[in-house]
Amino acid sequence: MKTDFRYMRRKIFGTMMLGLSILAALAAVSMLFWILGYTFIKGISAVNLDFFTKLPTPVGVPGGGLANSIVGSIIVVGMAALMAIPVGIATAIYLSEYGRGFFASTVRFVSDVLAGVPAIVAGIVAYALVVTRMHRFSAFSGSVSLALLMLPIIIRSSEEIFRTVPDTLREASFALGVPKWKTILSIVLKTASGGLVTGTILAIARVGGEAAPLLFTSFSNSFWNFNPGQPMATLPVDLFNYSISPYQDWQQKAWAAALVLVGMVLILNISARLYLARKGFKRNG
Amino acid sequence: MADKIAVEGLNAWFGKTQALHNINMAVPENSITAIIGPSGCGKSTFIRCINRMHEEIRGAYSNGKIILDGEDVYGSGVDPVLIRRRLGMVFQKPNPFPTMSIKENAVAGIILNKRMSRHEIEETAEKYLRRAALWDEVKDQLNKPGVSLSGGQQQRLCIARALAVEPEVLLADEPASALDPISTAKIEDLFTDLKERYTIVVVTHNMQQAARISDRTAFFLSGRLIEYGTTDKIFTNPSDKRTEDYITGRFG
Amino acid sequence: MAERLSRKKILSPEKIFMGMTGVFSLSVLLISALVVYELFSASEPTFQKFGLKFLVSKEWDPVQKVYGALPFIWGTFYTSFIALLIALPVSLGIAIFLSELAPAWLRSSVGFLIELLAAIPSLIFGLWGLFVLSPILQQYIEPPLSNLSWLPFFKGYPLGLGFLNAGLLLAVMIIPTISSISRDVMYTVPANQREGGLALGMTRWEVVSKVVVPNSRSGILGAVVLGLGRALGETMAVTMVIGNTPQFSLSLLDPGYTISSAIANQFTEAFDKLQISALIELGLILFVISVIINAFAKLLMLRMNRFSGGARI
Ligand SMILES: Nc1ncnc2c1ncn2[C@@H]1O[C@H](COP(=O)(O)OP(=O)(O)O)[C@@H](O)[C@H]1O
Ligand SMILES: [Mg+2]
Repeated sequence: MKTDFRYMRRKIFGTMMLGLSILAALAAVSMLFWILGYTFIKGISAVNLDFFTKLPTPVGVPGGGLANSIVGSIIVVGMAALMAIPVGIATAIYLSEYGRGFFASTVRFVSDVLAGVPAIVAGIVAYALVVTRMHRFSAFSGSVSLALLMLPIIIRSSEEIFRTVPDTLREASFALGVPKWKTILSIVLKTASGGLVTGTILAIARVGGEAAPLLFTSFSNSFWNFNPGQPMATLPVDLFNYSISPYQDWQQKAWAAALVLVGMVLILNISARLYLARKGFKRNG
Repeated sequence: MADKIAVEGLNAWFGKTQALHNINMAVPENSITAIIGPSGCGKSTFIRCINRMHEEIRGAYSNGKIILDGEDVYGSGVDPVLIRRRLGMVFQKPNPFPTMSIKENAVAGIILNKRMSRHEIEETAEKYLRRAALWDEVKDQLNKPGVSLSGGQQQRLCIARALAVEPEVLLADEPASALDPISTAKIEDLFTDLKERYTIVVVTHNMQQAARISDRTAFFLSGRLIEYGTTDKIFTNPSDKRTEDYITGRFG
Repeated sequence: MAERLSRKKILSPEKIFMGMTGVFSLSVLLISALVVYELFSASEPTFQKFGLKFLVSKEWDPVQKVYGALPFIWGTFYTSFIALLIALPVSLGIAIFLSELAPAWLRSSVGFLIELLAAIPSLIFGLWGLFVLSPILQQYIEPPLSNLSWLPFFKGYPLGLGFLNAGLLLAVMIIPTISSISRDVMYTVPANQREGGLALGMTRWEVVSKVVVPNSRSGILGAVVLGLGRALGETMAVTMVIGNTPQFSLSLLDPGYTISSAIANQFTEAFDKLQISALIELGLILFVISVIINAFAKLLMLRMNRFSGGARI
């Protein structure tokens, strides 16, 4: 039998291309481990108890930590979540349970477009909206910018989760003579709760690492501050300021902050996914 | 026997397609009425019109009258939510609420509408689980999720759930078609028992089942009621050629 | 009799609940309108002064109070273009691997890891680009490239910071977006299409390149558009590695500036009202670009779903 060289060539070329695609996947995964690994190695040597409990020290003064910005991040992100979650979930309820006509498709379209607005633009909007009116940087304005970023994420993920609740459950409830609004509150919301929690945690993780909108809204602060009307330190903003500084000990702190930030974001991400996997979405049957 | 439900000139649509054409029939009290007919003939649409579930589907609507105890279910000012408490419904696929335990599922229709003490919940759940012939099988696992039961048990749980609202009528849409033969037999026995208290309308595409349990049978075809009479008459001496073709299996 | 069934209330709980959720939905539209309004009104001073010239002027000089956006617009598009050039083939490779080659266990774990890559804050990429990638580029990659300086793309000195670094970082950051959407779209190519190809005697690669990828064209386009949107707006990572020099250059080795990094760097340091306004107008430009891009992606997806019932982007 004669060897079919053309076929062989096609086969070798194909195998090569598929090999390249494996390589591409490998490269992406290695990038992840490279970045995470490097952050871990650089950060772990700078992280100690002081980092979590002390205020920052001036340049050249050893020791100190970023306790205020860790707490500040939690406050700023927390206030953002308080603003975005109720509006987001209520909107998602409307879209999935009532929304049919032109109005609903408009809201859906607008929130999808809003989801693509760059973080820095959200910062500018919060600046124009709050900072210029209050005449000072404030934690609250930072929360407004983060809420603006969270809102469309929460709307999208929640609406999708509500749609995975089977209609048979809604029908079962209607057939028991339960009004629609009660059905939504006690059947749809409850059944979707696992997914809602996951979606919300992911949204928090997504904006929690954001520095761009906070640079000129919540600004920064070297001291303790719990007043939302005043500038407040946050972990991402401190990380940025320290990393571009020329001082060795500040750069060290930036790596420590990076490790803590990545740690928090990844823990949120992984726990959200595990929570969903464990709680699962129990369909009937 | 008095008529529990009288259907007069019922038409139903999905958007532009008409699924039911001028249905007229009366359902006597404390009896089992079977609805038979080939797939797609409008059986589900028909019983969903009775408790006004049809209108919950996007773009679906209907007209005509359905008189329940002398009162039009579609009358102006009638709240469909209240009507549905008098007309319990069981679906083709068992659909217990996945977030609720067996006990909670049994009383779901009540606790979703009003508060109940723990003691009341226990008592009511037991009462209706017994009535649905499920109690003995689940009494030791009342706090397990409803979805952990077998398909046949889930369906009886759904029947208990429907009964707990104290309806007068039970509507069932192919309640046994997703179940094994043993579970099916249990459901059939249960329906025969329940007839004493309730008026039952059951959709089935299984003619033996209709013949076994029902007092009256209605044969639907292409959205029309072709023939309606006592089950004996329909299965032994139908007056319409199409009914005869269907029950003798000469039909698609 | 009729009273038993009827419940006449104008304000039933049903209507109140629906109305409330409706009001929240409406608020999303109002918030969006507010965003647009604030951006326009806050950039009015520069618009008054420079008009459309703002878009095409190359000069950005806070001391002279002259502001032109062109170098920033250029930097924004150029870095994103470089990123797409690198990210597209890699992402397609990943998508092909995940949808066509990987066994189920690898598929989900690799998919998960790539999603994690998307979850890493952009600051961390920036830090890595600044302290790891930049020295590598400066010592090993850029010197040989600068030997090719007869090409406009490789003029300049190896700095480690600039378009190349920013483009590479952005590529890594948008690979998860493009690859995961492309994978989802490739999944939805029906099995019988693949079998059809195999039955014609195609090799596995030919099925991928001649059946699967062409069938997923519009979905991949949507993925690219969304990736582009992410790259254009990306701020922190780029700010840390772009070199922050407003210039109009083709060279990968040159430092540059992007819209977002200009805003990030200059906003808190701006000493004059006009500069703030100019920065806000830059933000408005970025906003308009991202709205156009995301609306386009969304329309593409609607069209695709209408025609094929395909994956959701
Ligand atoms: N949700 C729906 N939308 C549009 N048409 C429907 C819908 N449900 C059923 N139909 C149509 O209405 C007719 C009756 O359906 P159905 O009542 O479900 O029949 P059966 O229960 O007897 O099988 C069928 O022709 C079916 O195609
Ligand atoms: Mg049916």
